[in-house]
Amino acid sequence: VIEWTPGGIPSIHRVSKSVNLNSSYLKKKQCFTGQMQEIMKWNGWGYVDSKFQFNKKGQAEFTGKRYRLSGMVMPALKEWFESTFGASLQHKTPASAIPNSSAVQPPILNEAFVEDLKSTGIPFSQDAEDRVFRAHGHCLHEIFALREGKVGRVPDMVVWPSNHNDVVKIVELACKHNVCLIPYGGGTSVSSALECPPEETRTIVSVDTSQMNRILWIDEKNLTAHVEAGIVGQELERLLNESGYCTGHEPDSMEFSSLGGWVATRASGMKKNIYGNIEDLVVHIRMVTPQGVIEKSCQGPRMSTGPDIHHFILGSEGTLGVVTEVTMKIRPMPEYQKYGSVVFPNFEQGVACLREVLTLITNVFAGHALKPQKFYITKFKGFDPNRLCVATLLFEGDRERVLQHEKQVYDIAAKFGGLAAGEDNGQRGYMLTFVIAYLRDLGMDYYVIGESFETSVPWDRVLDICRNVKERIIRECKERGVQFPPLSTCRVTQTYDAGACVYFYFAFNYRGLSDPVHVYEQVEHAARDEILANGGSLSHHHGVGKLRKEWMRETVSRVGMGMLKSVKDYVDPGNIFGNRNLL
Amino acid sequence: MTNTYRESDRLCLENEEFVDILEERRHSSDLGHAFRTFSPHPYKGAPPCSAGELSKTVLDSQHLRYVTKEIATETGASVDEVKDDARVILEEMSQNLQLGFIRLMGYTLTKVFKRLFTSIYVNMEGLSMLQQAVQDSPVILMPNHRSYVDFLIISYVLFTYDIPIPVIAAGIPLAGMKIVGEILRRSGAFFIRRAIGSDKLYWAVLSEYVRTIVRMGFAPLEFYVEGLRSRTLKSLTPKLGMMHMVLEPYFKGEVYDITLVPISISYDRVLEESLLAHELLGVPKPKESTTGLLKASRVLQENYGSMHVNFGRPVSVRQLCQGKINRCQYNLIPRDLPQGPSAEVQACVSWIAHLVVRLQEQGSFISPWSLMACLFLQAPASALTEQGLPWQQLTEKTLWLKKLALSFGARLHWPGQTPDADVLSSTIALHRSVIYRKSGRVFLLLEDEPARKRPISAVDGVNRTAAAVLMLASYRNQSLHVFIRPALLATAVRITKSTRRDELFVFFCFLQDIFSNEFIFIPGKSSQDFEEACFLLKECGGICVGQEEVTEAEAGLEVLSFLCALLQPFIDSYQVIFSFLYELEAHVFSEKEFVPAVRSFATKLILSGDLHTYEALSSDTQKNILSAVRRLGAVTKLRVSEQNEYKVNKGAVRQIENILSGKIPPQMLQTAPDARL
Repeated sequence: VIEWTPGGIPSIHRVSKSVNLNSSYLKKKQCFTGQMQEIMKWNGWGYVDSKFQFNKKGQAEFTGKRYRLSGMVMPALKEWFESTFGASLQHKTPASAIPNSSAVQPPILNEAFVEDLKSTGIPFSQDAEDRVFRAHGHCLHEIFALREGKVGRVPDMVVWPSNHNDVVKIVELACKHNVCLIPYGGGTSVSSALECPPEETRTIVSVDTSQMNRILWIDEKNLTAHVEAGIVGQELERLLNESGYCTGHEPDSMEFSSLGGWVATRASGMKKNIYGNIEDLVVHIRMVTPQGVIEKSCQGPRMSTGPDIHHFILGSEGTLGVVTEVTMKIRPMPEYQKYGSVVFPNFEQGVACLREVLTLITNVFAGHALKPQKFYITKFKGFDPNRLCVATLLFEGDRERVLQHEKQVYDIAAKFGGLAAGEDNGQRGYMLTFVIAYLRDLGMDYYVIGESFETSVPWDRVLDICRNVKERIIRECKERGVQFPPLSTCRVTQTYDAGACVYFYFAFNYRGLSDPVHVYEQVEHAARDEILANGGSLSHHHGVGKLRKEWMRETVSRVGMGMLKSVKDYVDPGNIFGNRNLL
Repeated sequence: MTNTYRESDRLCLENEEFVDILEERRHSSDLGHAFRTFSPHPYKGAPPCSAGELSKTVLDSQHLRYVTKEIATETGASVDEVKDDARVILEEMSQNLQLGFIRLMGYTLTKVFKRLFTSIYVNMEGLSMLQQAVQDSPVILMPNHRSYVDFLIISYVLFTYDIPIPVIAAGIPLAGMKIVGEILRRSGAFFIRRAIGSDKLYWAVLSEYVRTIVRMGFAPLEFYVEGLRSRTLKSLTPKLGMMHMVLEPYFKGEVYDITLVPISISYDRVLEESLLAHELLGVPKPKESTTGLLKASRVLQENYGSMHVNFGRPVSVRQLCQGKINRCQYNLIPRDLPQGPSAEVQACVSWIAHLVVRLQEQGSFISPWSLMACLFLQAPASALTEQGLPWQQLTEKTLWLKKLALSFGARLHWPGQTPDADVLSSTIALHRSVIYRKSGRVFLLLEDEPARKRPISAVDGVNRTAAAVLMLASYRNQSLHVFIRPALLATAVRITKSTRRDELFVFFCFLQDIFSNEFIFIPGKSSQDFEEACFLLKECGGICVGQEEVTEAEAGLEVLSFLCALLQPFIDSYQVIFSFLYELEAHVFSEKEFVPAVRSFATKLILSGDLHTYEALSSDTQKNILSAVRRLGAVTKLRVSEQNEYKVNKGAVRQIENILSGKIPPQMLQTAPDARL
């Protein structure tokens, strides 16, 4: 991953001293049982106990004990925060403290459905808090509304199936009583996919898959594992690690996102260059639809049996059914792991280097860039701190090959003016992946709102799209009356033979605006138009949801839309899975 | 000390500050100016790019590699041979901008300009907007082209005000001039062949060269969207090839935006004035040569009044294209591959090009002389040469016209502090090469006759008068854009004798259609043009406009008659050539025959007293009419070989003639879109 950061994210002090290369970067080892929302924020990212805040001295600190960063003080953050956004600690915009149950509409209940559901013994709830918790993902407008205590249409009930058969029963009952089902995994959607359609008049039931979290078997001869789809990423890795295996699928949200969610959105992880994206990792999928269960009859590694039915399921975004069980490829845990980082004089050369590295060796990735001004590399020969960019790298495999590849990569980087910047910075970059989402909550306490969005684009357009979209964001903000210069930056997070995945980060100080979320949405909309006009895709892995639906037709063509619609019409003629995503 | 003049001492609608840049040169050292510290701020601080680097980037480009290979396959030549050809083309084309030469040019130009012009006015606001624009995105400078002087004046001004020196697209004949060609090259000119035709390699090299300059943005690119120096001093229909090349980096997302800066250069008196008329009458233009230029040095003895360089408001291509271009059309083919423009892109490019020419027109300054020329041409030629016009009457009429022009939004160069009578007297004095005043009357000055034994023939007499008339016509043309829309409406009112708004609109559109090579109308804007014409004519009291009706106002006679008379030479010329076409014996004629045949046809009619305008003798008018009848489908091109031939549909020509003379109502003629690139 490469980021061009004139004022990127701040370096976190003290962390580098305690680097332990062989340890996982996540200290958190807790599994979800029972009610998720007890340890999770109801109106922000992640764990209740973990957040950035400014202490009484005005220094930033990260609370809790879960992350390597937890309990640390980061004096540089305040300065960065204030100078980047023009924000001030004096101007606070605190969130409402507790969920306001009275703001939640009473549930619309289909009594016959409830009666039948009771008889199955599957646990369910009509509690307002449970319902609100499952009514949203993490789009800016969703979190912003929650912080203001505003709640729209929410599910009327939550059910917790504990296995495939429970799901079959729930779907049967939903069809029988014409009830709307919305599958819920980890709740990390950033495409408005979990939003309940306000026009829905039927009972909406949130099908929370969190109790379906077991590894059912591991096949060591074929290196596959059969897993219930509600399992959350970090839990899956932890359990597999106990047996000496891993999947290598590590999306940034892996602490909270679920296997079923990955399948339903075509997820991508940062180690995909070694292990592959979700579509490369699944061997077998089982999904319950209103027409019955869809699955393949065998586990052959590849088939020529017409269009791959997995591809109707992958990316279906909960519109066709509930994914219940998945057989995934696994691999022995890597013998050796090594972080690294390279500093380039500018983004252009960094991108050229990544392209080159990719054509020579594949198991290389890059992580997050650090703030240039606080970064010791700025003292290096003549690098302009405003243009410099950092690639962070992670090598995995047997020791010998890792070291060999590492050398190759640094040799290539040198050709592009890149200087090795050490393992510490590389590891730091990876750790930041997991805490960066918490930063937005901090911003929202002080009039700063923002979000990231992504695209995929052919190599020859990477630099053009980055320049044009960043510029578009800045100009749109100006036109819409944003009083402070916005943060508008980007990084390359994934590389492919034919292109790359690019992330854009956009945030601004909204003081003086009457409807900041609307402004934010207009700018993001314009940025997406710009992405498409520059040859970028509608989404690389976040999905379409309801947020990007309007561009689907031009993205997949009229005929393509017709194909998708006809599948939906056959599989779910009663629109039981009525979240109205995608189409 | 700079001499500034504002609204207070000049009749100008906008409160703009114009600075006479010669004023400072007259008071301080020319050498000091030439050696001034030059510190421009280019786009994104782009580093200067040497001619060698630029050429290398172009030659190594994927686009050129692709085309080279394609040509090699087609012709059987080796890739290296084709590449060598490309290199030769590039060497011929390449600019070699060097600051040292700009200084040298600056020094020389200062000397020349001070001799030729009383003042060179530049609008400071435009300059400061340009200064900003240059830093924000690649900038395209788009001046109109009326004189060779245009060529370096912009570089001269930008050098003076610390704005990056442009690279300039120039015609290849200039490159052929000894020394001068090289000086121009080092002052930033790059040279383009005139007839490129279907030379694929040449197109590829040129377009890549242009796009690379735009993409890199190290210097503004300057080109004449009209393609040529206008011999008639009237705006020319824009050429679209270069315009498309320039815009393509935006369409393909290679730059965030491109800024177009329309520049209007207006002259009180054009250096080439007498040359122009002769060219139009078929005395071919002397090939650009250094000795020719030196001979022209007698022009240095004369005074050419003042010159205005108006830097227009920068226009964002991104904003212009909003909703007009779907840039996704470039997503599926690698951007380096040559790709013909889609219909949507062609239409947009054509629209932008026309728009820029309109902006140039709106930014230009009209001199009292141009207004007088409008009036001269409304008198019969014989009256001008023999009886003369009463000075008093001319003065009054000119002042009346000044008021009308101002009410139509014209920008006049009319010194405010001088009494009107003196302004007009000095105008006549400045143009004593065309007009002279004798005992209270004003006469058209015919050229000295070469000493001959026998008396000049009647045909020669026509040509002598024509030369003087066409020169006047050129100066009239400088202000035509101000009057053209109301004039079309006035003509529609008079010819159709209709009062119905919808009928007048149809005829208005017909006139726009038929005259679209003659005047600049932005495609697809007919109804706005019509509304504008109604509004302006109503405001000046020419017509009354109702919901459904448009009627001649009682007090509107003078305005309407003036406007109709303004357009009359064009209508007469078109009618003459229409008669020529349907009186042809054959149905087919060759391009070569056309101009001389028309000329002798028209000359006869002038001699017989059946044709009152000499403008039908202008080759420019003749060519425009040919384009018009082709566009209207009355004439079709038969062969595209060495000898172009045309086939006439006499019925169709007759029909157009009848519509134009009001005998039959116009139906919406089907015209082919004129958007070839």
